[in-house]
Amino acid sequence: MRKGYPVRVALFITCVNDTLFPETGKAVVTLLRRLGCEVEFPREQTCCGQMHLNTGYPRESLRLARHFVDVFSGYDAVVTPSGSCAAMVREQYPKLAHNPHFAAAPAGARRLVPTRAGREFAAAVDEVTPRVYDLSEFLIDVLEVEDVGAYFPHRVTYHPTCHSLRGLRLGDRPLRLLRAVRGLELVDLPGAEECCGFGGTFAVKNPAMSAAMGTDKVRNVLDTGAEVLCAADNSCLMHIGGTLRRQRGGVRVMHLAEILARTEGRA
Amino acid sequence: MGGSGTSSARGHVVDLGMPTFPRGAARAAADSQLRFNLRKATHTIRGKRANVVAELPDWLELRAAGKAIKDHTLRNLDRYLIQLERAVTEAGGHVHWAADADEANRIVTDLVKATGETSVVKVKSMATQEIGLNEALHEAGITAYETDLAELIVQLGDDRPSHILVPAIHRNRAEIREIFLDHMGEWGRPAPEDLGDDPRALAEAARLHLRERFLTTKVAISGANFMVAETGTLVVLESEGNGRMCLTLPETLISVVGIEKVVPTWRDLEVFLQLLPRSSTGERMNPYTSTWTGVTPGDGPREFHLVLLDNGRTDVLADEVGRQALRCIRCSACLNVCPVYERAGGHAYGSVYPGPIGAILTPQLRGMDTPLDASLPYASSLCGACYDVCPVAIDIPTVLVHLRARAPHEPAERAVMRAASWLLGRANRLGAVQRLAARLRRLIPRRAPGPGPLAAWTDTRDIPPIPAEPFRDWWDRTEGGAR
Repeated sequence: MRKGYPVRVALFITCVNDTLFPETGKAVVTLLRRLGCEVEFPREQTCCGQMHLNTGYPRESLRLARHFVDVFSGYDAVVTPSGSCAAMVREQYPKLAHNPHFAAAPAGARRLVPTRAGREFAAAVDEVTPRVYDLSEFLIDVLEVEDVGAYFPHRVTYHPTCHSLRGLRLGDRPLRLLRAVRGLELVDLPGAEECCGFGGTFAVKNPAMSAAMGTDKVRNVLDTGAEVLCAADNSCLMHIGGTLRRQRGGVRVMHLAEILARTEGRA
Repeated sequence: MGGSGTSSARGHVVDLGMPTFPRGAARAAADSQLRFNLRKATHTIRGKRANVVAELPDWLELRAAGKAIKDHTLRNLDRYLIQLERAVTEAGGHVHWAADADEANRIVTDLVKATGETSVVKVKSMATQEIGLNEALHEAGITAYETDLAELIVQLGDDRPSHILVPAIHRNRAEIREIFLDHMGEWGRPAPEDLGDDPRALAEAARLHLRERFLTTKVAISGANFMVAETGTLVVLESEGNGRMCLTLPETLISVVGIEKVVPTWRDLEVFLQLLPRSSTGERMNPYTSTWTGVTPGDGPREFHLVLLDNGRTDVLADEVGRQALRCIRCSACLNVCPVYERAGGHAYGSVYPGPIGAILTPQLRGMDTPLDASLPYASSLCGACYDVCPVAIDIPTVLVHLRARAPHEPAERAVMRAASWLLGRANRLGAVQRLAARLRRLIPRRAPGPGPLAAWTDTRDIPPIPAEPFRDWWDRTEGGAR
């Protein structure tokens, strides 16, 4: 794939966005088409399996990982509006695939000799996963754009989610994209690098901790005086936004893609 | 508990009989004084650490070296421990091997009894906390006096340590003043009646109280941060100088040290003497570094005993993923950055090892047979801050996930997870669920009746509105927005 050129991309919407946040998916489609990409939506896609893996169900996760690599092999690039799911696929799939305790051995087997299916899965993982990108990585590293032609005349603060920050190491990529948006005033979020407390099933297994972390995050968001809280992951925004709405915080939450998709015509 | 009766030689780490982590943590989160104390203390140390780590251009290389040295040593632990034993013995010390907590406690108790003494002074030590040595000595009629300032506060307050480096981190200075006034007299020289809560005055009261103890006690018990195999040298890093007193003044010194604390050579030690103080107290160098090699006639203790403690460590070593926890040098940087520790406090972890490292160490040393221990691998949002600051690169989130797979699961949860995996296994199944949710979306209450995971969510957060049409149906209807 040549850098800076229009490419054929598969959109991995993620199960959470598909079900609860379709507007984020529509924004990604709008944005990528505007930048000259051919966007496809592989119809058989479902879920990356992160919830299962992180809750202690690697075998159930493995079923979904196998499905993912089946669906997404053969594309130039797979783009997803979730730093967390991108990190799952890129960081965890290779570990799952090459772990003889799970993937390579037949279910329940005591022998850890890789089966043919296990070897094929590992090869598919090695082929597919390096081409899976979080949206801001794809824009900055592959398409090599910072100014995506967006217009959004609002005061915005950005929460770098843990898996974007410490999993994918997105660094300042999302901030560079936001700074190039016309009309947008970007304000720093105090304690930005601290976890919001979502953590997948952590939010319901340790509800008091999750709520305490969410409340502190919300206080920091309110202190900025921003109108909009932006992040690259709707799962974290669902937690922070749900806390904000319960506390009548008056701050909107928006996925990065939805801000980047806005243009002068419909701001 | 632990060891006895079970087939494996599993460790016996003192179990504090706490409720599961979520319940203990919820209780702590509701204590505003505790929240304030912990937030202030952890954020202060966190900031100091970040500053002194940023000073070193070769920090990542040091970290990689620390990891490599520990991994090499653990792979060859049998060889280095034998080398260490030989070197300590040649230098005039005695080496004892303890398979578990009971054996270690018995060895130490017998050694103290043999001296005819009924009291000992102690240098701050995690290993002796782990095995409940003070309690074992107490049962044998021997009083152990803690001499580290924070351990003293915990002991006088009849409390439990809540942090690896700062055991009394949950106390503020007003609380410490009250503990000193109320309880110092029961243990020795009382605190002055006009004691204020100025840190200098509190430290002076402790100094006067402890000085008496140092000058009269003939047996000391310590742990060690490192043991150098090539020379049989033990190393303690500390800030207050109480350790130096205990290690030099008494006639008999007994050190209880986990077998993973060995490093091959003095050259290796150089790496850790840089990593540990910067990660731990946020200092370039700690005020006191004491090293001792066996005994030296006319200088320091006349008798030296080293008790090498396994207590579950060789079991941990057998786990390919979990064994990296044995690289830990007990700096507590992971506690100080952990958003969960900051709000839960150390006691919720029900172990002398709290925080992220405790969440992976305790279940491995003690097993996951109790509801508390089975809840520890879940005591994390997997935010990864602990891994980033770990000076020996322990990938704590990966070990947590690894332990979650081995933890006992509630049957109801397992059923839900299996059903979810089946539903998500095919797009048409997911689509059917989505369309059902869309149809019922107006019936979903803002707050779910509890208990259950849905109520756990809606107690403090709104459920996002369910859209009328999932993304996949929009794509089908409009051909991806083309129509």
